[in-house]
Amino acid sequence: MADVRISGLHKYYGAMHALKGIDLTIGDGEFAVFVGPSGCGKSTLLRTIAGLEDVDGGEIAIGGKVVNDMRPRDRNIAMVFQNYALYPYLTVYENIAFGLRARKFAEPEINKRVKDAAELLGITELLERFPRQLSGGQRQRVAIGRAIVRQAQLFLFDEPLSNLDAKLRDEMRSEIKRLHKNIATTMIYVTHDQVEAMTLADRIVLLRDGRIEQQGSPLELFEKPATGFVAGFLGSPTINLIPAALKISGRSVAVELGTGEVLELPSYRDISKSSDGKHLLLGIRPQHLTRAGSAELPKGHVRLRATADLIQPTGTRTYVTSRIGNTIVTAELGAHDVHEQGATLEYAVDMNRCLLIDPETDKVI
Amino acid sequence: MTAFTRRQKKSITLALRYAVATIVTLVFLFPVYWLFMISFKTPEEIFHVPPIWIPGQFQFNNYWVLFRDGDVVAILNSLIVAGISSAIAMVLGTFCAYSLARFNTGGENLAMWIISQRMIPPIAVVFPIFLIYVWFGMVDTFAGLILLYTAFNLPYVIWMMRGYIADIPLELEESALVDGCTRWQMLWRVVFPMARSGLMATAVFTFVFAWNDFIFALILTRTDVITFPVQLTHYMGGQSNFWSKIAAMSVLGTLPIFVAVTLMQRYLVRGISLGAVKG
Repeated sequence: MADVRISGLHKYYGAMHALKGIDLTIGDGEFAVFVGPSGCGKSTLLRTIAGLEDVDGGEIAIGGKVVNDMRPRDRNIAMVFQNYALYPYLTVYENIAFGLRARKFAEPEINKRVKDAAELLGITELLERFPRQLSGGQRQRVAIGRAIVRQAQLFLFDEPLSNLDAKLRDEMRSEIKRLHKNIATTMIYVTHDQVEAMTLADRIVLLRDGRIEQQGSPLELFEKPATGFVAGFLGSPTINLIPAALKISGRSVAVELGTGEVLELPSYRDISKSSDGKHLLLGIRPQHLTRAGSAELPKGHVRLRATADLIQPTGTRTYVTSRIGNTIVTAELGAHDVHEQGATLEYAVDMNRCLLIDPETDKVI
Repeated sequence: MTAFTRRQKKSITLALRYAVATIVTLVFLFPVYWLFMISFKTPEEIFHVPPIWIPGQFQFNNYWVLFRDGDVVAILNSLIVAGISSAIAMVLGTFCAYSLARFNTGGENLAMWIISQRMIPPIAVVFPIFLIYVWFGMVDTFAGLILLYTAFNLPYVIWMMRGYIADIPLELEESALVDGCTRWQMLWRVVFPMARSGLMATAVFTFVFAWNDFIFALILTRTDVITFPVQLTHYMGGQSNFWSKIAAMSVLGTLPIFVAVTLMQRYLVRGISLGAVKG
């Protein structure tokens, strides 16, 4: 087991600056997830940790040892690849034993470790088969088995579930989380799927354009995003960003939407750097729009009228989209809250949870 | 007239297919059959009218003569020259190909330049090479022919193997490196097994090229290193052709190729079709 310390990491591909100064510490036994849109550098960052890519500046230390000039084999890491990277000409047993044979382990030790790993993953009866005879989920298990037997100090996963269908993906996701609980090794996991990131991570590292945009626990990032980008990346359906103008009069603060509606804000926000009339984006998660009843709303909630343009039931919840000014706003309501397309609704907006984003800097105010 | 049922139509199509396949096979196999038959015939039987399809008595005199006079040494010479030159070309070429495929050695165009070496008509270079060989005293030596065939086969090996290696998913190699292999171990344990069909197919082709070459062997050898195709021409004289000897020698010369292709048929079919898709 080991921690990972990265400081001032730079990576270029020709003229392309892929990693622009990454500083990151991942604690011993932590499950870190690198997430971000494609091309953000998350896979590159993982590959530099694995030693599959050289770095052009900065330092990577695993377990206190600087590994910049170490070959991948000397870093004592195990890696699971997106396409499983199983050797088609070897049986499942030999695939799992591959790394041990390369390191010249004794036969009884190999046998014991392979059997143990197979048992842990429930693939004992597949050991004599070849990869082509396995389903996607079974292949994924074999790939994980190959990583486990190594008893490496660091596990790397490069989008390991993206080739599986949705149901299997959910299943394997919980298995990976359980695996982490059982073997308690430091793990780094790359994905572009925010659900995987939220559910698996102790710590999410959200990358954007070669930089770390924000890192922290899943709920921290979800509830206190530093930028509009983070707010927009996490959460499903995506957060609503409605153009608005700030209205300050005395101690009361409100935002005015393009439609002329004025929504009162709870007073504890620090808006000292913003002036009256400033344009900003009001961020409201679909979960924070509920149907308002006739009773008085809880503190910090305001009413907002809209028309249900589109109703998308998912079974458990129903997504309703409406137009507010020129912006399409989605609300996640109860399954039976709305039935009629075109109906006029009154939402209760939870202004305690809303975000104010400066459109120029993308920073959350 | 009643129309054929679907079932009947299907069986008629199938029968036609088999008929065509049989005819094509017969046409292509006939020269081989005729060659084998001649090799067992007496000189009288060879030109007999009407033709004798199967000799009355299989006699091995034609073969025995080749062994008695030591002509079969030519087969041995060909085996040595073709075997060693293909082996060297395969080893060197495969490593070059790996370098081109994975490290992009020499940029985009080096691979094209290498294969262009194979496009030179042999006849255009054979006389300059002869002069150089005279200079270095390499005419009529094993080393001379082996060097030449290696040089001619290398571009082919590099070109073919580059395609096969490029087709191997990079993750397999990376996974092996992370799992504890050195680059050499990775080549042995991942790249070569993955490229096995391609290796076999390419090896057969390089062997066949060296085995079948006539023009270089004819001009660059005299008496010491006579290869099988050159030996054959010795049986064609101004006065008469020794047809029975030609046939027997040809049969002997066909056998190694026949054996090689039969043994490697499985890999050949896969290797060639892989190459065909890659282009």
